[in-house]
Amino acid sequence: MKRREKVEKTVNLQVDIAGITLKNPIMPASGTFGYGEEYAPYLDLNSLGAIVTKGLSLNPKAGNNTPRVCETVGGMLNAIGLQNVGVEQFIHHKMPFLKQFDTPVIVNFFGNTQEEYGEVAARLDELPGVAGLEMNISCPNVKHGGIVFGTDPKAAFATVAAVRKKTSKPLIVKLTPNVTDIQVTARAVEDAGADAISLINTLTGMAVDVKTRQPRLANTIGGLSGPAIRPIAVRLVHQVVQVVKVPVIGIGGISRAMDALEFLIVGATAVQVGTANFVDPNAMATIIAELKTFCLEEGIADINDLIGSLKV
Amino acid sequence: MKNHKTIVLSNQEVSPGYFRMRILAPDYTRLARPGQFVMFRVQRALLPLLRRPFGIFRAGFMPADCDTMPPKEFIEIIYKVVGSGTEIMQGLHYGDPVELLGPLGSGFDLNLTSGDSILVGGGIGLVPLYMLAESIAEPSRAEVLIGGRCRDDIITVTEFERLGVRTFVSTEDGSLGDRGLVTKVLEQRMEQKPQAKVFACGPMPMIRAVEKICRDKGVHLQVSMEELMACGVGACLGCVVKGEGHTTEKPSYLCTCTVGPVFNASDLAWDDHQSASDVAGGDGCECGAKP
Repeated sequence: MKRREKVEKTVNLQVDIAGITLKNPIMPASGTFGYGEEYAPYLDLNSLGAIVTKGLSLNPKAGNNTPRVCETVGGMLNAIGLQNVGVEQFIHHKMPFLKQFDTPVIVNFFGNTQEEYGEVAARLDELPGVAGLEMNISCPNVKHGGIVFGTDPKAAFATVAAVRKKTSKPLIVKLTPNVTDIQVTARAVEDAGADAISLINTLTGMAVDVKTRQPRLANTIGGLSGPAIRPIAVRLVHQVVQVVKVPVIGIGGISRAMDALEFLIVGATAVQVGTANFVDPNAMATIIAELKTFCLEEGIADINDLIGSLKV
Repeated sequence: MKNHKTIVLSNQEVSPGYFRMRILAPDYTRLARPGQFVMFRVQRALLPLLRRPFGIFRAGFMPADCDTMPPKEFIEIIYKVVGSGTEIMQGLHYGDPVELLGPLGSGFDLNLTSGDSILVGGGIGLVPLYMLAESIAEPSRAEVLIGGRCRDDIITVTEFERLGVRTFVSTEDGSLGDRGLVTKVLEQRMEQKPQAKVFACGPMPMIRAVEKICRDKGVHLQVSMEELMACGVGACLGCVVKGEGHTTEKPSYLCTCTVGPVFNASDLAWDDHQSASDVAGGDGCECGAKP
């Protein structure tokens, strides 16, 4: 009888995003994971590829009136209003906790004006323990009639360029899908100096209570997330990877490894998990384990071999 | 705080439209405090996608299936069938897999129950008050006011009575107990027990009326609030209520899931308080269950 040799098969899940080395391509989406500490009782933060914080602004932000969330088919609408503790509170009260972990911390931030973006970036640039910055350009520009920075390629370019001057840290720009041609925006932010692009932020949506005839969110319009938006997100990532050279992080409706794999195969170097964290606080740990199993079963030794392997 | 992949032990209709579910819940007798809640997941599917918050009715032990096994720990939740999620829940049976995240949130302040206490529960809002009643050192000094629209909404009265607390039942249509609002009973009982602290859970109009009565009389009130909630752990910031001193210019929002669900009424803003159940035209009492 032939003796079967026991071979310990390993899979490399490590990926690199703009100089940030991730143990695996799984990280939370900003706004769905608080400042990390909220989920620490349920999930080993050391197991994640990175931690992405709730979006920070220069000053604390109280957020919108309620109701702020409602469930829709296969997804949820939210209009939290970017409630956050502000950059100073974050530095003094949230960052010390995050520093304990052997996991890169990516700080998400936004501004109401181009200047504010620059100021927050400058403040975070000098902060030890921050591996990279993720810039949310899905906010309205208060100085210019509330036009969303990310929906106007010129404004997106100018804002990213302004931030670029303020930081030497890896700069990820998070795109809004609420545009006609995502490729134009993607190229604009790459030209402005983005080191990586993440997409998609939520799709704008609305739901109505038919008995009261009122919107189900106090803000009337909110952002749709969850499994319902995944095909749209995969398509947008597919379109973006074709026109940019910088790495792309896929986001949108990922709740299982199979979902994450779609984005990786299309060409995303890493992915973010959002709404699924609300459904199952252990979701990312499960996805990482499933990802490993998938690679073992499929004979893939390095996850990087999967990235961009789409056969059309 | 833990996510338990567990099973349903029993699930029975206790009054038309109201179900009582017993769920295997290790550690809950030790961990759960009166007023806390769980995020409950019906099934691993997309509908409903999000978990729903349910107040813990009680935690206890039951005999194991055989003598050599330790007793089983369980919690009970009581819910009203109001939407697609609770419709799926009512079809669950012994052994069906469910998930429990919890116990979550702040509880009632038991130090406040050392003297006279009046517990006010509207409909399903009675649910989180049971563990509070169980924890009161001198049950004879506590009264529970149980209100509903009609007799179908009046649940678990005898269980409260068994604890040794006095109960007062009222319904809006008079089909059980006194006819009228539970707040009318509250005013009467407060005259008898002017020193009593008040604890309330129920639909927002009831809570608002209770708050006004207590504020006018200078009586300490703790309320258990409910808001639409996605995560239950303070991450989504979806479930906020307005804090004391809230203004449009200087907003103050507190998370129902982590700071609450039990608040001192004096820590909240009441003048312009709007809640999810108001906006959504809530189906009356939803304190323990959401569609």
